Amino acid sequence: MESTRYRPLAAVREVLFILLALVWCIPFYYLAIVAVKPDMEVFTAPMSFPSTIVLGNFAEAWRGTGGVGLGEALLNSVIVTVGTVSLLIFLGSLTAYVIARNTQRIGGLLYVFFVVGIILPYQMAIVPLFSSLRSLGLVGNQIGMIVLFTGLLLPMAVFLYAGFMRALPHDYEEAAQVDGAGRGKIFFRIVFPLLRPVTATVAIMTGMIVWNDFFLQLIFLNGSSAQTLPVAMYGFVGEFTARWNMVFAAVCISIAPILAFYLFAQRRFMQGFTGGIKS
Amino acid sequence: MPQRTRIVRPVSHSLSPPRPAAGLAGIRLSQRAPLAWAIPGIVLCLLFHYVAVVAGAWYAFTDWNGLSAPSFIGLANFVEILGNRNALGALVNTLLLASVFVVGCNVVGLGLAIGLHRTLRSRFALRSLFFAPVVMSPLAVAYIWQFILDARGPLNAMLGNLGLRSLQKVWLGDPNIALWSVCLVMIWQFSGLCMAFYLAGLQSIPVELDEAASVDGATASRRFWRITFPLLAPAATVSISMTTILGLRAFDQVMALTRGGPGFASETLATAIFKETFVNGRFGYGAAFALILTVLILLVSAVQLAVLRAREKRL
Repeated sequence: MESTRYRPLAAVREVLFILLALVWCIPFYYLAIVAVKPDMEVFTAPMSFPSTIVLGNFAEAWRGTGGVGLGEALLNSVIVTVGTVSLLIFLGSLTAYVIARNTQRIGGLLYVFFVVGIILPYQMAIVPLFSSLRSLGLVGNQIGMIVLFTGLLLPMAVFLYAGFMRALPHDYEEAAQVDGAGRGKIFFRIVFPLLRPVTATVAIMTGMIVWNDFFLQLIFLNGSSAQTLPVAMYGFVGEFTARWNMVFAAVCISIAPILAFYLFAQRRFMQGFTGGIKS
Repeated sequence: MPQRTRIVRPVSHSLSPPRPAAGLAGIRLSQRAPLAWAIPGIVLCLLFHYVAVVAGAWYAFTDWNGLSAPSFIGLANFVEILGNRNALGALVNTLLLASVFVVGCNVVGLGLAIGLHRTLRSRFALRSLFFAPVVMSPLAVAYIWQFILDARGPLNAMLGNLGLRSLQKVWLGDPNIALWSVCLVMIWQFSGLCMAFYLAGLQSIPVELDEAASVDGATASRRFWRITFPLLAPAATVSISMTTILGLRAFDQVMALTRGGPGFASETLATAIFKETFVNGRFGYGAAFALILTVLILLVSAVQLAVLRAREKRL
């Protein structure tokens, strides 16, 4: 690795990149200072530090106005994300297990069936999905949102799990079978725990997609009492135009959970995206 | 903890024929995971992907309003789109936005990856930093930038302080600029993603290649263009395809920054789908936009993949 020595030129490059990173971070700087500014100072001194730090902005944003407060929206987002990710882990691992352990042709065909599901663009599916879920009473509540996201993201979960399971040795399962363990026990007690690394990838990738999605949540939850963070934030900005300190406090609340996760598991986030390249 | 590289290694022995069909205990492997276990997953995928996509394509040829029964009207929706300047504008905007976004993102991302590949001591911290916007909600990112790009906001204030008053613009309110402001925000958010793809590509190139060329007296720029750049082809394929799809689907940033305005100046196909279907209640007409976007994505991806894969082979 250390074949390239650290020469003076590298020091110059280092400084340049750190400067670039500082410029790149300017939006974060504004996010942090504007969120704690008093109303008067937002535009009079857009670049400067706040004269007094107003943490009350967060409290006010948290309560929201009229409609759904951000606290409630945060809870809805957590319910939808956790519900979807749990279902995806369960259904995805089980389905992929069947695919990976099937030695007949149908295993290969099922794999292709799910991969094509990833490629089919979901935009085309939105209108029929909206009308059928509406007639089932699943528009405007958390359960419908969980069902929708699970259906849409399942091919991706199956794809990630199947890739991992195909490389997983059969020995453990065979040993358990010799010991007389039933099918259910083999899967849940032996196989599933071995899937931990890929389960983490599935949880991070799908969790991030669900948490950050705006398009689907706007369509399925707008105006309902089950509004999630992105939808609430969208309505919030409409009501608080010009009160940027308020909007930024809301933005902070909405990105804090995902950034916390990111700080904790940066490499997994990056590998989740780039896993396909290394082979 | 096992590394993720295990996942991507193309090992598929469980599917290839040589694998014995019977386990140690004499019970057939496929019986260990009965097909019935996959049925819920299969049904979900079938309904949410296959059936829904076919049904959506069918609605594009109807006048459905979301309530009464849809009736078949042939190509009328598409004829209307072709005759409507704003609708065609959305198509053109989508293509322009996606092209500039893909080029911008990949150029910046490649630059970052090369700079942060080896040598620099702060490389790990800087990588995490440039990648951070990727994990953030595009809506939240767009709101931060809406403030920065506001006519009275910090960008114009900074230009004023630097004595560059002539460069001050109404970044989001000028019909000639709005689309490019959206594009800038998207490039800021997703350059880190391209960086990650190219870094993964760079890490798969053996150091020995570079060293050998260096010993042979090849200059740095020659080594880059003759060795590194060609070997990055697989990473480029993934990075370009991925950003193309992100660019063609652009919705969140547009809705948050300009809502497609001023007028229709920054309308994209995705925002048109949303507005026609769920604001104007024209489900059939909206589905026609969706079909156009779908065909566009499939077509562009297929062509791109063919060209980029051919390039990978040639290099």
